[in-house]
Amino acid sequence: MKVLVCITHVPDTTAKVSFKENGTLFDESGVQFIIGPYDDYALSRAIDLKASHQARVVVLNVGTAASDPTIRKALATGADAAVRIDAEPVDSFFVANQIAQYAKDKDFDLILMGRESIDHNGGMVHGMVGELLEMPSVSPVMRLELDGKTALMDREIEGGKETIRLELPFVAGCQEPIAEWKIPNMRGIMTARSKPLDVLPVFEGAVAVQAVRYGKIEKKQLCKMFEPSQMEELVEALRGEAKVL
Amino acid sequence: MSIVAFIEREANHVKSASREAACCASQLAKKKGTRAIGLAVGTFDDGALQSLADTGLEQIYHVSDERLNGSSASRLAAVVHELMNQEDSEILVMVQSALSNVMGGRLAVKQKAAFISNVVECPELTDTLECKRSVYSGKAFSVVSANTSKIILALRKNAVTLQTESKNLEIVPFSVPDISGVRGAEVLSREKAEGGVLLSDAEIVVSGGRGLKGPENWGIIEQLARSLHAATACSKPVSDMDWRPHHEHVGQTGVKISPSLYIAVGISGAIQHLAGVNASKVIVVINKDPEAPFFKEADYGVVGDAFEVVPRLTAAVEALKSKV
Repeated sequence: MKVLVCITHVPDTTAKVSFKENGTLFDESGVQFIIGPYDDYALSRAIDLKASHQARVVVLNVGTAASDPTIRKALATGADAAVRIDAEPVDSFFVANQIAQYAKDKDFDLILMGRESIDHNGGMVHGMVGELLEMPSVSPVMRLELDGKTALMDREIEGGKETIRLELPFVAGCQEPIAEWKIPNMRGIMTARSKPLDVLPVFEGAVAVQAVRYGKIEKKQLCKMFEPSQMEELVEALRGEAKVL
Repeated sequence: MSIVAFIEREANHVKSASREAACCASQLAKKKGTRAIGLAVGTFDDGALQSLADTGLEQIYHVSDERLNGSSASRLAAVVHELMNQEDSEILVMVQSALSNVMGGRLAVKQKAAFISNVVECPELTDTLECKRSVYSGKAFSVVSANTSKIILALRKNAVTLQTESKNLEIVPFSVPDISGVRGAEVLSREKAEGGVLLSDAEIVVSGGRGLKGPENWGIIEQLARSLHAATACSKPVSDMDWRPHHEHVGQTGVKISPSLYIAVGISGAIQHLAGVNASKVIVVINKDPEAPFFKEADYGVVGDAFEVVPRLTAAVEALKSKV
């Protein structure tokens, strides 16, 4: 079977976020970039499928050359081949369209990605790719088992989860605990150097949403402290002052 | 022309956050000089949809086909697509939910619309629609504009100030095209917490962390939540250790919430946790470590042992309720 895993190249989860050029650009200085944590779950599940289902795993990133170290890491983790579509990933629709145009004639049985990126948090690319390729899409998937051409999955819903059945092919947005994150070993890092990383020119496609400016969330004012013996006073503050009770 | 609010179902009621979608649609319609309508899909109790009569909607189209209860996003997207075409709708407003992203993504492709998720304020309408949304997992915001004439919005909880405007709300049956051919997932079983308040829908959230020492100690969290009519939540380590179910995990890689009041018990406040909760209007932190970084982000703090502080807080809330 053939599995496509779409990955994002995003600031590390612990990164402090700041902006430059009058709040129009993300300030990358001093920021470490990683494979999106949700995408990493998708990748890890796909790599498990190599052993259990002889899957061939192709990693796809829509990004500039700055993504290459992140893509190499995915290869070192165990993906067989990688493709980068050479474009700034400016908007979800633009990215989804690039993925769909790449994937449309390649007969992937499964297209996996994270449930959302952790930079723009759009959470919509899997649905868009599914619609563009005329196949179902599910998200967020927490368990994925394959039985021939049928997948059994757990999908998180509000206040719980549901178990669903779906025929291949489809698109899935993944989250924990679908697989354990994999850490590349030395052998993986060495072999990753000789695995193909094809850079493709951008497909034609529109941008639907444009970022005008960014800003940081304002810090709260000083925290008011209460002693454990002052819970009546705290409740009174929440009611009278904060007006949330 | 029209602006559509998508009304979500929770059991057979209107999901309370959907009221925000209805109000936002009405506010936008007023500014645009057009009409606001709703779309509700599936089984609703008698009078449930009429409860939105004070939101300014003029009509709610109701697809009462019970086969669409809990239906897949692809089928629901097909239904919404049909209504937007029939009503010549330029904007669809829904609430951010487990459903909204998947459905919205598919619908955006069908409608050639700009889909803007995680919207934190009802958008301004000038020449173009500018919209403020949460990015970098809650650490920042962005203001975005759409390049298309059609727009789909998914609103975070508390993005909209609720206004009441009573209209003579008409519930109109809406029949859908044949969507049996749309391939979607088949639901085999569903596990859902019964009786509690939904995390995404809650005005107040009480959350516990590792400081509670074990799942057997969650009783004090649940009691406080009950007295406040709050939802319960937890930090990532707690759900990783299986002390609590995964759907309760709030933070950067969990559910991102924006209630009026967030009470964090025994959570130190790592940057990844803050990212998921810092949109809360008021934050109360209870932690025995006075150096816990969460106090820097809190509005109110209590340094003390959770097992002593939380029951006292519950008692104080009960005392207030008995006075009112």
